[in-house]
Amino acid sequence: MVLRIRNQLLTHIFLMMAVIVIAFPVVYAIIMSTLSFSDAFLFPPRLVPGKHFFENLKEAWDRISMGRLLINSTFISLVVALAKIILSLLAAFAFTHFNFRGRIILFPMCMVTQMLPLPVRIVPTFELMRSFGWINSYWALTVPFFASTTGILLFRQFFLTVPRDLPDAARVDGVGPLRYFLQILVPISKTNIAALFVIEFIFMWSQYLWPLIVITSKDMRVIQIGLKMLLASEQIAPEWNIIMSGTVFAMLPPLIVLILFRKSFAYGIAMQSQQQ
Amino acid sequence: MQEERFPGHKVLPYLLIFPSVAVIIVFLVIPFIRSIHESFLRSSAFGTQSEFIGLQNYIRLFSSPDYLHSVLITLIFSTFVILTGLSFSMVIALLANQKIRGKGFYQIALIWTYALSPAVAGTIWALMFAPATGIVPYIISIFTGGYQLNWMTNGWAALFIVSMAATWKMLGYNIVFFIAGLQNVPMELQEAARVDGAGAWKVFWRITFPMLSPTTTFLLFVNMLYSFFQVFGLIDIMTKGGPGNATEILVYKLYRYGFIHLRTGFASAQSFIIFIAIATLAIIQLNIATRRAVYER
Repeated sequence: MVLRIRNQLLTHIFLMMAVIVIAFPVVYAIIMSTLSFSDAFLFPPRLVPGKHFFENLKEAWDRISMGRLLINSTFISLVVALAKIILSLLAAFAFTHFNFRGRIILFPMCMVTQMLPLPVRIVPTFELMRSFGWINSYWALTVPFFASTTGILLFRQFFLTVPRDLPDAARVDGVGPLRYFLQILVPISKTNIAALFVIEFIFMWSQYLWPLIVITSKDMRVIQIGLKMLLASEQIAPEWNIIMSGTVFAMLPPLIVLILFRKSFAYGIAMQSQQQ
Repeated sequence: MQEERFPGHKVLPYLLIFPSVAVIIVFLVIPFIRSIHESFLRSSAFGTQSEFIGLQNYIRLFSSPDYLHSVLITLIFSTFVILTGLSFSMVIALLANQKIRGKGFYQIALIWTYALSPAVAGTIWALMFAPATGIVPYIISIFTGGYQLNWMTNGWAALFIVSMAATWKMLGYNIVFFIAGLQNVPMELQEAARVDGAGAWKVFWRITFPMLSPTTTFLLFVNMLYSFFQVFGLIDIMTKGGPGNATEILVYKLYRYGFIHLRTGFASAQSFIIFIAIATLAIIQLNIATRRAVYER
């Protein structure tokens, strides 16, 4: 009994240490975003929040036209997440509910794309954007990302757990496959849809290299590149308080998405890890 | 093999798959094939003409000490990120998965950094190691006495710090998957082993670790992709590959050759080398995963 309590205590101590190590950099960043310019340079550094939080947020907002960056990032993340959800729902439906010859080649092909991340095809993909006239447009920031291996696998796994009676009953009642898909299968997949939404929204929100090369004008930039601009905007010394205010803007939307959908997200991840 | 649930539809499945396959062919497969083709070409300064030069791009790469250095840096960086990242998060997930109070709190407090981007992580870590004002150099100076003004001017120190930042950023992700993977390890099995007198250490290595191996191999692959590519934003913000080329991992070099020096053939050859590396590891991962699938049947 005593041993058990001691073990519990040790576990708590270790876990709290992990929580602190994980949180500390972000907490420090947020404290920094509340300081005045001169307090940001105090040495030794202090861990006491200041009173300039909103002032700094406004400064960061104005300096890199944050409003526009947030709109761009939110827009592309929403569009890509939704497109990935729709495309992978359709593909997973085809792979699980029909027998067709092409499946033997098409399913592995959808899986192999995992091995073709952007950097292994970056130059021709960029050239393709140029020949489509897509440079510096939302097209370039969204369409090339529409296919999702993760999504196809996730929905496929879920569809396979749906009892056979369901499609059979639908068929007997004269319900066609598309109506069955839209009115039965999609609604019961909503937890998985939410999980995939979290994964893909955060994935897209974090994109850096691709926006860096396909976007050439200020008003098309995404927030991640805005951080780079904020860092480069330094006059004499880096204004860490302003930079960290920019970081707060860059962190918040994906965090909100994660926290809102955390239950579905955890469920989706658990489902995904069953199939590995 | 799945059974057919809606027999008699010949065209419909193809229509359903078409959008995904179209995107994959147009934006992934064709560019990839063209990339291999371009790796055998030398493009002229303005990109108007190109000539076939066979394997010369590859020969030049492998005879360049600078490139080999980048390969070495990438290996060190990736190994660090993968090994420390996975082992720390596995231990943390094991602890968080025990029957303790506040489990719900821990499980969210340990994973929320999943939502942070590499660029955000890089910005925050740049702040923590900022020259003259950074908090981490200050904390270290309390213990060592001497204060080092700028850690990021030392190549190996910079590589180490960038590796730590990259590892920290992935902790949330790894912990999420390990916690999920642990749900598939039956508690009864571990408890039965305990009752039979096996120590915690033995239970871990004989039962938990093997049963976690599908999650671990999956995470190995994801972390490899992460440490090869997604860290680009983190590196660009923290060091831009410097000082010198001390943190110039392969993806950064690829970016410089392809999009700053505009030597597309040379860059495409680099792309293909990176592809070979990940394909090899993906095949290994796939092998392990399918072997598991066979056991399950």
